[in-house]
Amino acid sequence: MLSRVAERVYWMGRYIERAENAARLVNAYATEVMDLPRSLGTGWHSLADITGASELFTGHYQNYDERNVVKFLLADTFNPGSVLASLKMARENVRTTRELLPTETWEHMNRLYLYVKDNVHSSLSRKHRFAFLNNVIFRCQQISGLLAGTMSYDSAYEFVRLGINLERTDMTTRIVDSAVFLLMPRKDEPSDYDSLLWVNVLKSLSAYQMYRQHVYTRVIGDEVVRFLLQDEQFPRSVARAVSEAASCLKALPRSDTPLLRISRLQRRVKEAEPMNMSLEELHAFIDNLQSEVNEVHGQIAATWFLIDSETAEQQSA
Amino acid sequence: MTINWSEYGDKEFFDELVDARHRPRAPARDLLRYLESLSSEEIRERQQAAEIAIVEMGITFTVYSEGENIDRAWPFDIIPRIIAADTWDRVDAGLRQRMQALNLFIADIYGKQQVIKDKVFPEELLANSANFRQECVGIEPPLGVWAHICGSDLIRDHKGEFLVLEDNLRVPSGVSYMMENRVLTKRVFGELFEDTSIRPIGDYPTKLFDTLAAISPRPMDYPEVVVLTPGIYNSAYFEHSFLAQHMGAELVEGQDLIVGDDDCVYMRTIRGPQRVDVIYRRIDDLFLDPDAFRKDSTLGVPGLMRAWRQGNVALANAPGAGVADDKVVYAFVPDFIRYYLDQEPILPNVPTYLCYREEEMQHVLQNLDSLVVKPANESGGYGMLIGPTATKKERAEFARRIKHEPRNYIAQPLIRLSTVPTIIGDAVEPRHVDLRPFILQGDEMYVTPGGLTRVALRKGSTVVNSSQGGGSKDTWIVEAG
Repeated sequence: MLSRVAERVYWMGRYIERAENAARLVNAYATEVMDLPRSLGTGWHSLADITGASELFTGHYQNYDERNVVKFLLADTFNPGSVLASLKMARENVRTTRELLPTETWEHMNRLYLYVKDNVHSSLSRKHRFAFLNNVIFRCQQISGLLAGTMSYDSAYEFVRLGINLERTDMTTRIVDSAVFLLMPRKDEPSDYDSLLWVNVLKSLSAYQMYRQHVYTRVIGDEVVRFLLQDEQFPRSVARAVSEAASCLKALPRSDTPLLRISRLQRRVKEAEPMNMSLEELHAFIDNLQSEVNEVHGQIAATWFLIDSETAEQQSA
Repeated sequence: MTINWSEYGDKEFFDELVDARHRPRAPARDLLRYLESLSSEEIRERQQAAEIAIVEMGITFTVYSEGENIDRAWPFDIIPRIIAADTWDRVDAGLRQRMQALNLFIADIYGKQQVIKDKVFPEELLANSANFRQECVGIEPPLGVWAHICGSDLIRDHKGEFLVLEDNLRVPSGVSYMMENRVLTKRVFGELFEDTSIRPIGDYPTKLFDTLAAISPRPMDYPEVVVLTPGIYNSAYFEHSFLAQHMGAELVEGQDLIVGDDDCVYMRTIRGPQRVDVIYRRIDDLFLDPDAFRKDSTLGVPGLMRAWRQGNVALANAPGAGVADDKVVYAFVPDFIRYYLDQEPILPNVPTYLCYREEEMQHVLQNLDSLVVKPANESGGYGMLIGPTATKKERAEFARRIKHEPRNYIAQPLIRLSTVPTIIGDAVEPRHVDLRPFILQGDEMYVTPGGLTRVALRKGSTVVNSSQGGGSKDTWIVEAG
């Protein structure tokens, strides 16, 4: 498989997952906010901060109001993490690797992009938003399902899965962080709303039911954090997504260095004791995980994507 | 849909579906009966369904305009063009004959040049041919074939005779659209395929792969065949990707390939370098290899010509094959058929005046208002003068250019192109068409049954290029019965 093509399908996986997760994030946050009384004074700004794009946001907007933040995360093409921008990139990656992917992938991808492009602006009002976001989430899953069901489990598929799982790892940490952000200002006076918040976090990752089935307690923050970071079985938990990514790496040729790097990340997740962390420590820990995900990405790029003529000639010799 | 034949076109042109009295031609009878049975509303729905399918299937071509690359939806008219099988069989034979003669000519030109010694082709024309490559002299590519893929443009005149307008031997495109048009028609008019016997076209990618595999320098069952594209912004990128996908070949860009110290070509893969045997290149000669041709080309692969000359990689079409893709050389193809094959040409050329011949140039200059003037080496319908519709100023400009560079111009009478009924708004009107069949030559020959029909959507226009307002139609070769 061509290095350039490997890079494109990897990014395709990341962008599809990113679009889906951005939609989940907005959905979850909007629902969280609706449940909270005004007196708790939640703002929308943390949502923009969670995605790590606050500077980009303030460069374009004066106010962190709902409309601006939602537009930023769904519709603004200058924000590379927005749903529309992610799908545009995903579509471009599919378009340029069409010869490799099942034919329907392109049709579904293209249709999804056109749907989002045509409807994203009406989703800025609360009335249409919910249906729009659900549609986006569903259709992204449709594409990953299509790939899982019709693509040979060859290197190309491993790169897609690798992209999906690294992106998922990153986003799950961000969604957990979103709750931490909301709780931090009022940590001294726990309120009844806290468990409601965690229910919404779980729901945003479609994790509520599985949490209920596998964790035998009420919904309490510590347990939810442990579940989302360390559960080995739930597909959107950090531990699981990282193991999936590791299994992709194992299936690829010449993967020693990236494997070493991802094992370190796996260890870090496994050995953490989130129960004993303060919110600040938890936030710092999550920050750390995110930079480790970035390092794994860097190693992947160095190993497979950036074969320059020198490396190539050494290998052919 | 009731077609108002009393207002349908004039009799000056040959219409391919109806005769001069607007009665359906035999192979089109079922189709026209079927169209009449549908309401205007139903027709409109199907045209819309096709247009939606085109957007959703992402059948596009790229246009460079106002500093931006824009992907435009492929323009498609749902009424197919129909040709009777027995008529087509003659065209098929004529195309094979022509392709063989063209390949013999190219091999001769880069070999002994017997055709020049025997005074069939004038040497001075070769000397200033833009597509003759000195670098290719003395090379003998596998099977003696230089042009493996040819797209010839055919037109039908007012009597319905097929004429060859040009042979595209460099990087002819359109075959993917031919195939997608058939997919669209099956979606839209599926019912018609039940009773009509239409020759299938779907095996083109298989035939193309076999043709390419046949010229592999390493004899093996599955040689590594790749499609070399200039990249995603090329106007034919859709097609490059389509063909790679349907052949199961890698789609590579120049940056993916390297020529090793052993003069073999390798592609950069996640496992390291991997040997490439055959390159179906969709890049013009001059961009193939910055070491051999244009130094500033970033699309090509340094050292590629060296690898090819050593016989370590096969290129299709071979570099230099374009020497026969020249509107002046074109005028000699009937002579080549007689000279190399000792046969009479089955398909005639459009009568052509060569301005390099003094008396023919004088004729052209005196009759500019009735002739079509074309530069020898342009494609895509650019740089042409259509005498009858040109302004006085344009004609004067062309007269100047012709006198300045006679070798570079040819002229042809304006052929009254045939028409096919086409949906225009809510009505069916005649529109002019041409046809590009694709011919393959490797160890065997293959001609697509039909080809890509392009249609000039503007009333009275004969410009069929999609970049200039042209559309397309599915083309059916229908067995009598």
